[in-house]
Amino acid sequence: MSESATATVDTSQALSGTQDVRGPRWYTGRDAIMVYILVVFLLYAMITIPRFATPVTTGFLLLDVIPTLLIAMPMTLIIITGEIDLSVASIAGLSSAVLGVMWAGGANIWVSMAIALFVGLLAGIFNGVLIAFVGLPSLAVTIGTLALFRGLALVVIGDNAVANFPKEITAFASSKIGTTGIPVMVIPVLVVVVFFGLLLHKTAFGRGLYAMGYSKDAAHFVGINEGRSKFWLYVASGLVSASAGIFWTLRYTSARSDNASGLELTVIAAVLLGGVSIFGGKGSVPGVLAGVLLIGSLNYALRLGRVSDVVLVTVTGLLLIASVIAPSISSAISTWRHDQKLRRQLSDEATATAVN
Amino acid sequence: MFTQRVSPTRRFGTLTASLAIAALALTACAGGGTTEPGASGSAGASGGAAKTDATITFIPKQLNNPYTDVVLGGGKEGAKAAGFATTNVVGPLEASASSQVTFINAETQAGTNAIVIAANDPDAVCSALAEARTAGAKIVAFDSDTNPDCRDVFISQVVAKDVALIQTKLIAQQIGGKGEIAILSATANATNQNEWIKFMEEDLASNPEYKDIKLVAKVYGDDDDAKSFQEAQGLLQAHPNLKGIISPTTVGIAATARYLSTSEYKGKVALTGLGLPNEMRSFVKDGTVTEFALWDPAQLGEVSAYAAKALVDGTITGKAGDKFTAGALGERTVEDGGLVIVGPPTVFNKENIDKYDF
Amino acid sequence: MSSPSHGTLNRAPASKGLGPHTSGLGAFLKLRELPVTVALVALVIITTIANPLFLSPQGMKDLMLNATIMMLLAAGQTMVIVTRNIDLSVGSILGLVAFGTGTIFSSMPNMPIPLVLLIGIAFGAVLGAFNGLLTVWAKVPSLVITLGTLYVFRGLNNAWAGPKQHFAGDRPEAFGNLSVDTVLGMPIITLLAVIVVIILAIFMSGARQGRDLYAIGSDPEAAKLFGINVSRRVFTAFLINGSLAGLAGVLYASRFNAVGATTGSGLELDVVAAAVVGGVAIFGGSGTVIGAAIGAILLNTITSSLTALRVDKFWQQAIVGVLIITAILIDRLASLRHAKNLREKEGRNV
Repeated sequence: MSESATATVDTSQALSGTQDVRGPRWYTGRDAIMVYILVVFLLYAMITIPRFATPVTTGFLLLDVIPTLLIAMPMTLIIITGEIDLSVASIAGLSSAVLGVMWAGGANIWVSMAIALFVGLLAGIFNGVLIAFVGLPSLAVTIGTLALFRGLALVVIGDNAVANFPKEITAFASSKIGTTGIPVMVIPVLVVVVFFGLLLHKTAFGRGLYAMGYSKDAAHFVGINEGRSKFWLYVASGLVSASAGIFWTLRYTSARSDNASGLELTVIAAVLLGGVSIFGGKGSVPGVLAGVLLIGSLNYALRLGRVSDVVLVTVTGLLLIASVIAPSISSAISTWRHDQKLRRQLSDEATATAVN
Repeated sequence: MFTQRVSPTRRFGTLTASLAIAALALTACAGGGTTEPGASGSAGASGGAAKTDATITFIPKQLNNPYTDVVLGGGKEGAKAAGFATTNVVGPLEASASSQVTFINAETQAGTNAIVIAANDPDAVCSALAEARTAGAKIVAFDSDTNPDCRDVFISQVVAKDVALIQTKLIAQQIGGKGEIAILSATANATNQNEWIKFMEEDLASNPEYKDIKLVAKVYGDDDDAKSFQEAQGLLQAHPNLKGIISPTTVGIAATARYLSTSEYKGKVALTGLGLPNEMRSFVKDGTVTEFALWDPAQLGEVSAYAAKALVDGTITGKAGDKFTAGALGERTVEDGGLVIVGPPTVFNKENIDKYDF
Repeated sequence: MSSPSHGTLNRAPASKGLGPHTSGLGAFLKLRELPVTVALVALVIITTIANPLFLSPQGMKDLMLNATIMMLLAAGQTMVIVTRNIDLSVGSILGLVAFGTGTIFSSMPNMPIPLVLLIGIAFGAVLGAFNGLLTVWAKVPSLVITLGTLYVFRGLNNAWAGPKQHFAGDRPEAFGNLSVDTVLGMPIITLLAVIVVIILAIFMSGARQGRDLYAIGSDPEAAKLFGINVSRRVFTAFLINGSLAGLAGVLYASRFNAVGATTGSGLELDVVAAAVVGGVAIFGGSGTVIGAAIGAILLNTITSSLTALRVDKFWQQAIVGVLIITAILIDRLASLRHAKNLREKEGRNV
């Protein structure tokens, strides 16, 4: 039945009309493919790399990916709206510096953490106002705040490192749930992931983000307040980045101005690998989760196999390129297959009429 | 213009998430039966007899650094001679505080018997090293110390004070005992650098011969060639009366020498510090630098390897007074604070520099 | 449809329908470069009053040398950004070429310097062409492609160099002297960079192909309708940007001591920042090569003058950040004012 339908539409419609095959799509979608790759990779690593298949792996691996995973959540939503936030790692560094200085200055550790979070909130508001209300391009603004926030971290803490955080708290930051090897910190992180997942996929706000990324005019037409939505996303990004900075500080028991530097590119690489389109309008939280975990496990497997970081750097780059080229190639292939099918059908019909 | 599919994604959401988590849980479960990593290693270590299947891993501050390469060359030879079955070198490509942690974790899990590390940050690596020790690994710090609680011994290239004093002596000679000087260091948190700088400052303040020498600035080139170069440039601009620069790091001294040799300050501003003869040869010959110092980096690696073996075999524990033999380099004693000294620094100049190849 | 590659320096035909700012282009572009130029002059004057050594012959020479490499990179980046693309891999390209230069001289010390320059430029062009091909053929955003090649090129550099570094002492003295000797008061490498930037500026504002880049950046769909071969132009922009990064890599090896696995890492955001400060709009369509070059000089001069003024070095990066944001704000104000002027003529604004 569907065949006769496709036979009558022209190629361009068939290309954009992939919703036609909505039924089986959930297991062939972009994010599903990411999960398959992740599962295949984990199985492969478990078989070929000695000691990979242990609870210890789970623990170390998850601890390593927590900062990336946290920041990737608001980043996913921001990129879906067609914007970007390059300042996230600098916000994490700034909050780390503030935490260190407050604690070294004698403040209570919880108060210090709250102030570090608050600084992240302010940083997010700053980005948000410039991008959402003044209407400046986010790429340029956040390149500026990337330098600004990292610079403020240097101003706050200078060349010093603060290390004498309370043992109970630093130990808690890397503690595991019983003997499972799963870090305790995974629980709050999962809450964040689920929160952003529900926000994006189950609310009108989330649907609005897709609309904004897909077409600004359309979003405006259906009455979405673009400015306000974007503002809150940057505020969320600031807050979450600051929490990642606090986690980083406590896990490595060291507050320094250069903490988490360069993390923005890792986060963006993971998000894009997870199937989010840099143009906006496309992507999902589960896909990004798989993307982050894939980079994390690849990283850890290579470390365990004592493969040089050179390979990791190169593979990350190739994966990223492959992840964006693959859709172009697969759409080229499906166009070709569609053409073939069309041709076959036409010739079948031709022979059928001939026989008749 | 781009195909969009919102609704299938949403339906798919929960399923994907659970799949991803299941995949990781699977990883955890699969390992349920295996023994804790490193357990076999610790059992062997407590025996006291020489282990024949011991493994050693070096974790330098960063890979692809010429100085580190010489140290590791000595380390690998030492490890073989000391009787380690396998030697590995792993490490980050860029020297940042937290980057060494995942390497330590992976080594812990691989059940490595001895980890030899040059710490980028004394505290950031601490909790990871503590886990490694719990799993049975012996920890040797070399080149740049970790927090003393987190390692068994620290192999220091030289007595920290000696290396500081030789540099103040060299600069005093080169500027005629009078004038402004500056220090161009590596990263601001490098344990070894800061200790040397502290001793230099004390020496300059207390030694009457140096009363006319004034330390006007300390800058950090982060062991990056271009950054050190520009810091050197900035020093000379900000301090027009500068007479000399001490750079106690091989990257810094070479970059500063390059700047001086290409500027009008060549031969007018003295430069000394710690450098590799192979990097400094042309600057010594063209008169930019008269004398600088360094120990033999290969010996540092070698002694570290022997110390690691002695710890793994159980012949030493890292307490003061323990003695071990470092092959052809002879006997070394563990001093207070788990410190082991490799040897005295050498001073290089026009006359002797061609005799060294590292 | 392919236009002759030379001799079509026709301003008039190109100025119709190309985008919002083409009428009165000259005046408008001047305006864009004005803030950054004023900032640079003010900075130099203030610093010189406080520390006269800042403009001593050696001080001047250092200023120019510092800006040389960034100037080339920013000029190349401008070509790419103007077409609504970006190239984040320039730091990695520079690193590969710089190490390649070191390798050439250590194995063939007698290789003529002009030939090495050409090899470096060609090497950079190949890497740039790779970016361009991926972007154009796969129709994939260049931000992602070049983020990927940033990693890939860096990985190649690491694999190639390993722990090996080449030092200035291994290279011929004449090569090192390119960044020591001066002609007309300018170090030779700076002179070279300035000439390249001027040629590029003329190409961008005068040549048909150059002006096409602005059209593409203002509105890719309209440019296509207008008959511009968008793919080829964008590819060319990446190619030229790559060759400039290659040239910068060779000059880097002349100026600095060590070239190795990490040479040039982290430069990419500085380069983009220099272009933005120089008035190049991040979403394409406007900005000039000269503006970007001045932006590069300004960012480098700030670092030097803060040091010369003995301002706490911790403030440097924060100040650079403030500057970038100020530049975008000024740009926004300028384009709002411009939009007002043009409101009756054109509908859309960037």
